[in-house]
Amino acid sequence: MAVIFQKPKALKDTSMHYCPGCTHGIAHRLVAEALDELDIEGKTVGIASVGCSYNSYDYFACDMIQAPHGRAPAVATGVKRSKPDCVVFTYQGDGDLAAIGTAEIIHAAARGENITVIFINNTIYGMTSGQMAPTTLLNQYTTTTPYGRIADLHGFPINVCEMLATLQGPAYIERASLHDVKHIRKAKEAVKKAFKVQLAKKGFSLVELLSTCPTNWGLSPVESLKRIKDEMIPHYPLGVFKGENLEV
Amino acid sequence: MGQKLLMRGNEAIAEAAIRAGCLHYFGYPITPQTEIAHYMAKKLPKAGGVFLQAESEVAAINMVYGAGSTGTRVMTSSSSPGISLKQEGLSYLAGAQVPAVVVNIVRGGPGLGGIQPAQSDYFQACKGGGHGDYRQIVLAPSSVQELYELTVEAFNLADRYRMVAMILGDGILGQMMEVVEFRDKEPIEDYDKPWATVGHGNAREQNVVTSIHLSPAVLEKMNQNLQDKYEIIKQKECRYELYNWEDAELFIVAYGTVARIAKSIIEMAKREGIKVGLVRPVTLWPFPQEAFEKVIGRAKAFLTVEMSSGQMLEDVLLAVNGRRKVYFHGRMGGMVPVRDDIMKMVRDIYKKHVKNG
Repeated sequence: MAVIFQKPKALKDTSMHYCPGCTHGIAHRLVAEALDELDIEGKTVGIASVGCSYNSYDYFACDMIQAPHGRAPAVATGVKRSKPDCVVFTYQGDGDLAAIGTAEIIHAAARGENITVIFINNTIYGMTSGQMAPTTLLNQYTTTTPYGRIADLHGFPINVCEMLATLQGPAYIERASLHDVKHIRKAKEAVKKAFKVQLAKKGFSLVELLSTCPTNWGLSPVESLKRIKDEMIPHYPLGVFKGENLEV
Repeated sequence: MGQKLLMRGNEAIAEAAIRAGCLHYFGYPITPQTEIAHYMAKKLPKAGGVFLQAESEVAAINMVYGAGSTGTRVMTSSSSPGISLKQEGLSYLAGAQVPAVVVNIVRGGPGLGGIQPAQSDYFQACKGGGHGDYRQIVLAPSSVQELYELTVEAFNLADRYRMVAMILGDGILGQMMEVVEFRDKEPIEDYDKPWATVGHGNAREQNVVTSIHLSPAVLEKMNQNLQDKYEIIKQKECRYELYNWEDAELFIVAYGTVARIAKSIIEMAKREGIKVGLVRPVTLWPFPQEAFEKVIGRAKAFLTVEMSSGQMLEDVLLAVNGRRKVYFHGRMGGMVPVRDDIMKMVRDIYKKHVKNG
């Protein structure tokens, strides 16, 4: 019997702890498929961050390091600078990357650090049970904005791709979405391109993946996917923000 | 021994690190240790290494964590307020058992404090400035020659035990110039690092460098492993100097810069017929209990002198354990103990415990 579809080799054969309807599983798979297709798992070092994906080393089969909250880009810098032949990626959520780790991500990008960042934006802190993230949309209810995010009180959401694209350092920045098959296929191309940029030694690459958090959004998995399309994409437009014409 | 050079303390640390095979340095500027960064910035690119000025102390220690995870010899340096910022990273390095060398050229605190020399980070260095049950090896040089030798040693210790080895100096040691005599060949210990995350090359199981263990039973076991390791270090790695101790009746306990002052006190006291010895801990953790056992029989009393409010004093009290009276003299905020003040205390203690004792 011919195998026509299977788990990527770069993902371990184990069940994930993520909630039903969470898109972390899809994002993990896209990263693993890229590692498989580029045949780089053996020389890859992944950096797990703090958040729901803190133990992604239980799922990814490559060598992994668990970083302190927000510090993954600095840890990745240390790995890449000491072992330039390794492929190095970080996998970070929006609290990790855009709040506590803002300095680390901006400076890794500004240095043009030759690493790949997979940035999961679901507009909320998942693991700690649904607090406001830097990416939380105005009027969004969270456990720390029980009356909705109000600009006067909580400020405005941060558009990470747009902000980083103002820097000279980054080679490639794209925002993609995981809300339907068509967009997942585009997201896959973006993730793979990001790794190819690193392999070509072009410098810093980041892919933001608009993702769900049904548990903390209080929505069903299907409603959650619809929320990405109806509420998130209008504020977080999809597309390439840096390196559109970069050939790798 | 080989080449002799007149060097500033901070530069001797940097040169020692390079000689010890450390070609990766991540740091952030802060007085009075920035010459280490200057030296590294100049020398490392030419040696095929990496000097990177990080955006913060927090980032620098995490770069160290990343490079150390690949098994690379790596160092960062800072001074007190910067070392406070690194505490998160030091706790992770301890938990994940990643070797690294960290230099603290101490200045007066708390807060932003000043830029003059102090020993007020003893607690932070020896008792765990970060969270969790952990230790780091703390080496306290008292000359530029020792800054060189102990820095080389720090890299061996860090690799041998997969942990942080810290050089605890002070602003005087970092800035002073002395002759350093370099060895022709450094005693570099080369350890296999099968745990390093460098890519499994499709040839072995995945390596994971981590400090998170959500199962309390697993986390307790991990902690027990750390404690077992620390116990071995306590047995094997205590270092100290005993000076003028064979016929001494009073003992000064001091480390680093203050130990140098103590030696001149000992000479002054000799001229007055007072026999004073010196216990100089070289490892502050592990604290050299053995040194006290050697001298306790002849010691009538101890005088601990520090550039702090009395931090090492607590370990001295534990080591002496009530068997003798322990006196203390300290200066704070960047002020250095003055010879006449210490000498006055030595005379008083002599009168009380030896002459009339």
